[in-house]
Amino acid sequence: MIPAGFEYHRPTDVASAIEILKTHGDEARVVAGGHSLIPMMKLRMADLAHLIDLQDIASLKGIEIGADSVSIGAMVTQHELITHAGLHEALPIMREAALQIADPQVRYVGTVGGNVANGDPGNDMPGLMQCLDATYVIEGAEGTRRVKARDFYQSAYFTDREEDEILTRIEIARLPAETGHAYEKQKRKIGDYATAACGALVTMQGGTCTAASVAMTNLSDTPVWSEEAGAALVGTSCGPDAVAAAVAACLEAINPTEDNRGPVEFKRHVAGVIIRRAIERAVSRA
Amino acid sequence: MKDAVDTPEERSAGLKGMGCARKRVEDVRFTQGKGNYVDDIKLDGMLFGDFVRSPYAHARVVSINAEAALALPGVVAVLTAADLAPLGLHWMPTLAGDKQMVLADGKVLFQGQEVAYVIAEDRYIAADAVELVEVEYEELPVVVDPFKALEPDAPVLREDIAGKMEGAHGPRRHNNHIFTWEQGDKDATEAVLAEADVVAEEMIYYHRTHPCPLETCGCVASMDKVTGKLTLWGTFQAPHAVRTVAALISGIAEHNIRVISPDIGGGFGNKVGVYPGYVCSIVGSIVTGKPVKWIEDRMENLMSTAFARDYWMQGKIAATKEGKITGLWCHTTADHGGFDACADPTKFPAGFMNICTGSYDIPVAYLAVDGVYTNKAPGGVAYRCSFRVTEAAYFIERMIEVLAIKLNMDAAELRRINFIKADQFPYQSALGWEYDSGDYHTAWDKALKAVDYEGLRAEQAQRVEEFKAGKTRKLMGIGLTHFTEIVGAGPVKNCDILGLGMFDSCEIRIHPTGSAIARLGTISQGQGHATTFAQIIASEIGIPADDITLEEGDTDTAPYGLGTYGSRSTPVAGAATAMAARKIRAKAQMIAAYLLEVHDDDVEFDIDRFVVKGAPERFKTMKEIAFAAYNQAIPGLEPGLEAVSYYDPPNMTYPFGAYICVADVDVDTGEVGIRSFYALDDCGTRINPMIIEGQVHGGLTEALAIALGQEIAYDDMGNVKTGTLMDFFLPTAWETPNYTTDHTVTPSPHHPIGAKGVGESPNVGGVPAFSNAVHDAFRPFGLTQSHMPHDHWRVWKTANKLGLHG
Ligand SMILES: Cc1cc2nc3c(=O)[nH]c(=O)nc-3n(C[C@H](O)[C@H](O)[C@H](O)COP(=O)(O)OP(=O)(O)OC[C@H]3O[C@@H](n4cnc5c(N)ncnc54)[C@H](O)[C@@H]3O)c2cc1C
Repeated sequence: MIPAGFEYHRPTDVASAIEILKTHGDEARVVAGGHSLIPMMKLRMADLAHLIDLQDIASLKGIEIGADSVSIGAMVTQHELITHAGLHEALPIMREAALQIADPQVRYVGTVGGNVANGDPGNDMPGLMQCLDATYVIEGAEGTRRVKARDFYQSAYFTDREEDEILTRIEIARLPAETGHAYEKQKRKIGDYATAACGALVTMQGGTCTAASVAMTNLSDTPVWSEEAGAALVGTSCGPDAVAAAVAACLEAINPTEDNRGPVEFKRHVAGVIIRRAIERAVSRA
Repeated sequence: MKDAVDTPEERSAGLKGMGCARKRVEDVRFTQGKGNYVDDIKLDGMLFGDFVRSPYAHARVVSINAEAALALPGVVAVLTAADLAPLGLHWMPTLAGDKQMVLADGKVLFQGQEVAYVIAEDRYIAADAVELVEVEYEELPVVVDPFKALEPDAPVLREDIAGKMEGAHGPRRHNNHIFTWEQGDKDATEAVLAEADVVAEEMIYYHRTHPCPLETCGCVASMDKVTGKLTLWGTFQAPHAVRTVAALISGIAEHNIRVISPDIGGGFGNKVGVYPGYVCSIVGSIVTGKPVKWIEDRMENLMSTAFARDYWMQGKIAATKEGKITGLWCHTTADHGGFDACADPTKFPAGFMNICTGSYDIPVAYLAVDGVYTNKAPGGVAYRCSFRVTEAAYFIERMIEVLAIKLNMDAAELRRINFIKADQFPYQSALGWEYDSGDYHTAWDKALKAVDYEGLRAEQAQRVEEFKAGKTRKLMGIGLTHFTEIVGAGPVKNCDILGLGMFDSCEIRIHPTGSAIARLGTISQGQGHATTFAQIIASEIGIPADDITLEEGDTDTAPYGLGTYGSRSTPVAGAATAMAARKIRAKAQMIAAYLLEVHDDDVEFDIDRFVVKGAPERFKTMKEIAFAAYNQAIPGLEPGLEAVSYYDPPNMTYPFGAYICVADVDVDTGEVGIRSFYALDDCGTRINPMIIEGQVHGGLTEALAIALGQEIAYDDMGNVKTGTLMDFFLPTAWETPNYTTDHTVTPSPHHPIGAKGVGESPNVGGVPAFSNAVHDAFRPFGLTQSHMPHDHWRVWKTANKLGLHG
């Protein structure tokens, strides 16, 4: 479990980091918390000649709580997502989800940027970002562009990001006050990726659902956001029939595969339970 | 003088002797990161070894090309079987009378098998060089199912012994067959089965798992070419045995080998065996003239060093209509992997599996075990249990439940009416053991009362109603277990490993100022020997435990012993400690009598001193006696105060316990939540209640892991599916429930202090308790047996098969 040799770079601004990426092409990779990348290197499934550490780049840090939106730096750790009071006040689902990632040791070091950029279907943040309709700010040699989390993921480990681009920040619009949230996750133990996980946001006004968003983790080779699930809830009182319709829509959209957690039929069943629990809990909090 | 005014209670408490919840003296260094583990050993010029391992489970090794690896700067050597063959070290004997390849000799038999050994100047270079060794393989058909391995046309795994129909444990009937071991009376048992009112039959599978100690295996070998002396530091649960075996296979004289087990970060049986890494490191040091270190990584540990369990146990249990058990029959198919490297006493190729009549008075029984080769890693060690005792306990405790279902009886009551009664001890079991002592009814009644068993059953019945009415999706299970262990191997007359008798030893030296050092043939891997053995001495000779240093693990200084596993340290070395202490006390008595100018018989031992009988104001403390022993010429006595004892136990000890687990099972997600766990242990005399509690907590957590998810799983190609801690379930504090511990005390009649050993009880009794709880939750819906581990998807599958998903 020892990685092959590599050269270590530690730039202090994004432009330099991009420059190094450009120079070395696919020989180079940025490292954030390293808690996805380093294990791959130790298993020698990733062999990189150059590692560009982002931790000295100040512009990638910090959580900004605006009147209408929140901006989270890529290098913000998962631990900070849990402890930041302003973030909790603005988007309480962040803490609930972050607490279900890995264990405290991993969360002290693992970053939100690494989690969403990684492209591993097991990561919890991508589904959450789709649920929140987040926007990723991406910088490259040609400048800055913005991509919706819902458009970012192509297949396992393949994303819309080019190899010489860096994800710098995540922007999330604040939600109406009447929004209930939930992030449900079934896992085998602390530190495990999801057998099935689901984020749900439901806005209720006067007993009627006015907006709803449901997204799932580790149930396909990308995170899955189900537009139909939200549609099944909007306009209803989110009673059992509407929830069942939303769950059915979600199950339509997923494509789990067998692994040590169990076969497909088990995962589909569990997914149904977890999705229902997430929606019901979000509704109960709305 | 203070001694004169202290009350007997105060003097006794000051010793921190037996019964005291003395804090572990080891923890000061462990909790400060000041332990000294094998990987902490750094020697000048030390080189590092690393293995090229087979990606295939069964393949011919066509060629090995090490050129590119050797060309890498910093690489010193690459060893293959061809290099070891001239030394006769390309194969090595296993503890089970088989032999095992040190490095692949023409073929590989399991994924992760050692193929070549790279030696380099540092770890990083060694790891890079491993990648550069080119091995060409030709894949062969893989057998991972022990039943298929015995089919007539199964591929021959062990070509080295193909056609050899006699093995280390008797006749072999197939090329993939290792041995058949039979115990008990087959004909009589089958006759009882044929006549019985009721016979319950079931296949009980105890899956393959792994001890997975926190510290993986490793060693540092250092051959001093000037003195001719080999020093070997390593993760050895039996350092003396390693020294003797090393002498026998290497040809180096035993006095020129010094084996040292430094601090060991958990063993659980994983560190009993001899691994290719040790042999290659020794050869590497001899070849290079430099010390060579080898440390496994986690994946290597899980994939290649000793696994545990993997027993398919077909059982039949006969009873009267009223539930009195009349006979037990068991046929076990034991999957041993590619080599038979089980660590069992020589005469017991299936360990003490014949304790499988458990806590019950079963008049007639029969056990047969077939050992089988497959394309899996070798091992078969006792993972925190005496040899195959946890398999036996799981088997009988499941069979009791299966019988209770068949009889439509309460499983607690069925146990009660079949327990061996207190007045039947010593009890001769149908499968050949003499149980030394026990009082099962008392323990059982105490346990049932403590958990309010009746109340739990009522609640469970109500839960079933609520479930049927659609008010809940969680079922409740009550997991019962009454286990009996057999530990403390053991009497030399029937217990040896590779011919080495399984006695153990202790040497005690009292210093002139009244403090002491004791050395034992055992080695702690976390059990707290330095704490508890000092307590035995403290009580026996009246020196405070805090004034006693305890040392183990260095074969140049410690007396010879067979090491620590199978809960044998307290039953065997603990007995040796008491006996050595008593020799010292006997001499101290003579010294005291001389000093007090009375006859030997006129003084008596009193906590920490000898007093003149009838005149308690006239005494000599052990401190005074120690000083006199060295500094006063006493007619007829040699100076000094020390003793050594080698203890060959007359019998094993038989700890037992009653465990009750209450679980809530979510039928939709398959999650099992442990609501409560009550563990009553009877380990005889209790030396340190806090250490016992710690051992029970740790062992129960391992049992939880095994029952609920921990396994070494293979796919059909023989690939290990659970080779990292992401998939191999190691519970954290989060998954660990609260435990309630309790005890009864039934001292062993033949042990000097009546102690029986407790380290392994919780694993032995815990697994059936957790598993029975899951089974019990589904009993009202018709479940008889579902195999462990009860992870989410398997529990879900059980619910699904029973039609509980609508
Ligand atoms: C034991 C364990 C358990 C875990 N359990 C979970 C879990 O339950 N749920 C979960 O979601 N995650 C889990 N993780 C993963 C953990 O959350 C990682 O920290 C996270 O996936 C990656 O973040 P990182 O900062 O460590 O990224 P790194 O490992 O440093 O990087 C990951 C990838 O993203 C790229 N990258 C990183 N930052 C950027 C950026 N700013 N721009 C472009 N590319 C970038 C890297 O080049 C690399 O390819 C677990 C990890 C471990 C070790």
